[in-house]
Amino acid sequence: MLEKALTGDKKYWGWIAFVLLLIGTGFLAYLRQLDYGLGVTGLSRDVSWGFYIAQFTFLVGVAASAVMVVLPYYLHNFKAFAKITILGEFLAIPAVIMCMLFIFVDMGQPFRVQNVLLYPTLNSPMFWDMISLSGYLLLNILIGYISLSSYHKDIAPPKWIKPFIIISIPWAISIHTVTAFLYAGLSARPYWMTAVLAPRFLASAFAAGPALLILICFIVKRLTRFDAGKEAIQKLAVIATYAMCINVFLVLMEFFTTFYSGMPEHMHHFQFLYIGLHGHNTLVPWMWFSAILAVVSLVLLLTPKFRKKEIMLGFACMAVFVSIWIDKGLGMIVAGFTPTEMGTVFDYWPTWIELLISFGVYGIGLLIMSLLYKIVFKVRGETKSDNEIRIATTAHN
Amino acid sequence: MGIDRRKFLTLAGLTTFAALGKKVMGSSIEGQADSLPGSPTVKRWAMAIDMQKCRQHEGCRECTIVCHKIHNVPDFGNPKDEIKWIWKEDFEAAFPTQDHAYLPTELKEKPVIVLCNHCDNPPCVRVCPTKSTWKREDGIVMMDMHRCIGCRYCIAGCPYGSRSFNWRDPRPFIKEINPEYPTRSKGVVEKCTFCVDRLALGQPPACVEICPEKALIFGDINTPDSEIREILKTRHSIRRKPSLGTNPQVYYLV
Repeated sequence: MLEKALTGDKKYWGWIAFVLLLIGTGFLAYLRQLDYGLGVTGLSRDVSWGFYIAQFTFLVGVAASAVMVVLPYYLHNFKAFAKITILGEFLAIPAVIMCMLFIFVDMGQPFRVQNVLLYPTLNSPMFWDMISLSGYLLLNILIGYISLSSYHKDIAPPKWIKPFIIISIPWAISIHTVTAFLYAGLSARPYWMTAVLAPRFLASAFAAGPALLILICFIVKRLTRFDAGKEAIQKLAVIATYAMCINVFLVLMEFFTTFYSGMPEHMHHFQFLYIGLHGHNTLVPWMWFSAILAVVSLVLLLTPKFRKKEIMLGFACMAVFVSIWIDKGLGMIVAGFTPTEMGTVFDYWPTWIELLISFGVYGIGLLIMSLLYKIVFKVRGETKSDNEIRIATTAHN
Repeated sequence: MGIDRRKFLTLAGLTTFAALGKKVMGSSIEGQADSLPGSPTVKRWAMAIDMQKCRQHEGCRECTIVCHKIHNVPDFGNPKDEIKWIWKEDFEAAFPTQDHAYLPTELKEKPVIVLCNHCDNPPCVRVCPTKSTWKREDGIVMMDMHRCIGCRYCIAGCPYGSRSFNWRDPRPFIKEINPEYPTRSKGVVEKCTFCVDRLALGQPPACVEICPEKALIFGDINTPDSEIREILKTRHSIRRKPSLGTNPQVYYLV
């Protein structure tokens, strides 16, 4: 079955070549970082986590969002998701792998990574994050492979896979919760030390993930004969709408608590993000752009007339995705360190090497995703279409 | 009266749960127990900084110079890569919650010596995923540079900015290597150790010894008649961010 990834037209191979180029340049840039040290990045004594950790945080959300198709399909027998559930699972796999790689490239001594297992430390959220991420990766590989190969062999998926599917649902919630716990328990960083961080992470993930899945479905529909179906797309759009509303609501809660209480050490971080602090305003235009996109996306998503139009929905999904990427992948981590615990501001911006390494990691994710999706479309193209109905019913038993 | 099966299971379950809880919450529970004064058999190192004496000597950097020299701390000459163990900081940076407009100018405008607080309840130790940083029996928060994976979680966790990371190979930037003390490699975190190896020889930390004003008082805070206990009894002292519950063991005599 796996060999199906190796057949394709010129367009497919062109895309693979492009992705390999990204990976290659990223790898060369990483060699430079290995040689010189993390000083090649824009990170400093003051802002000691940046773009890598931010991408990690964002991608944990993308990985967790697979649950938004898995849950309706397996728990509520929502048959319209029969076709896209596998896309969700196969999106989670590259997303988790990218998360792990972003942690790896952020390490000062990457070849000591085994120390996390040699000296397991139960009081460190990072230990639990490693456990939950690797468990989630294994679950998705297992579930994705078994359901697709059963489909390929024209048989019903084995009964023993059901418990794994059920476990994968709370497990998905756990990966983003534990990721929030990395930050939310640090008294040193008032911006992160909020009980709504985990709920906020989950809400933004369940908006950005389904939005991405809708966009992927649109792209795939143009490139292949695979059609997710209008009902599935519209249901995903409703999920993204609810999640985006909750996400914006939680962000506004943060604003109220921070500014009504008026505690300086909490306000400073928000001031840095939205108006600038002591003349430092690198992120201000980004954060406002993110806020405007959030409003635009909500107008488009909340109006049924717009949401039901494919082109409008496409715009709305892009707005959701970019808005949340800026919030999590650019603002969230840097703002935790700005101002520093001393009240000073050090301007951080990723360097080119840092960006090339990041593109390389994204390239690895895109490669894995492309290969997995290729297999799915090949397998689905070969088999009879009424199989889908059968799978949907057997999966529910 | 015997214990029935049901009772036994409940008890066993509760004990396991409590033990697990202690393991996970470990540092905070232990931190509270350790902070109780008394227990003269156990040493607990602490430092008091006499700010009045320290500010007499404007521009003095003796403690920083000697510390960085004997510990092979590199000097990169830029704030981005900077590594520091003990240094001077503005009053409002060191004590953001104590600062106000009408403080005596000599307090407000003179810099303050800062270093690792060797907290009783250190957040850096709580977050480290490899136990590369830990608290010793005598309260010193130590680092194992050979186990550190360079994830910098401890830096994110420290509320005092006491930790530095080797963003690049430090060796070419050490003016004169002290062969008595190891150098570090790139990619690991480091910080003040209260001169743990000097303490082992019965010597005080180098900064305490060199200070021309004798502004740094170091000793065992568990011994009731120690110099540090005596001075804390007579002088008003403050600590950095005490509300965070880290129980810092560097006291500032105002």
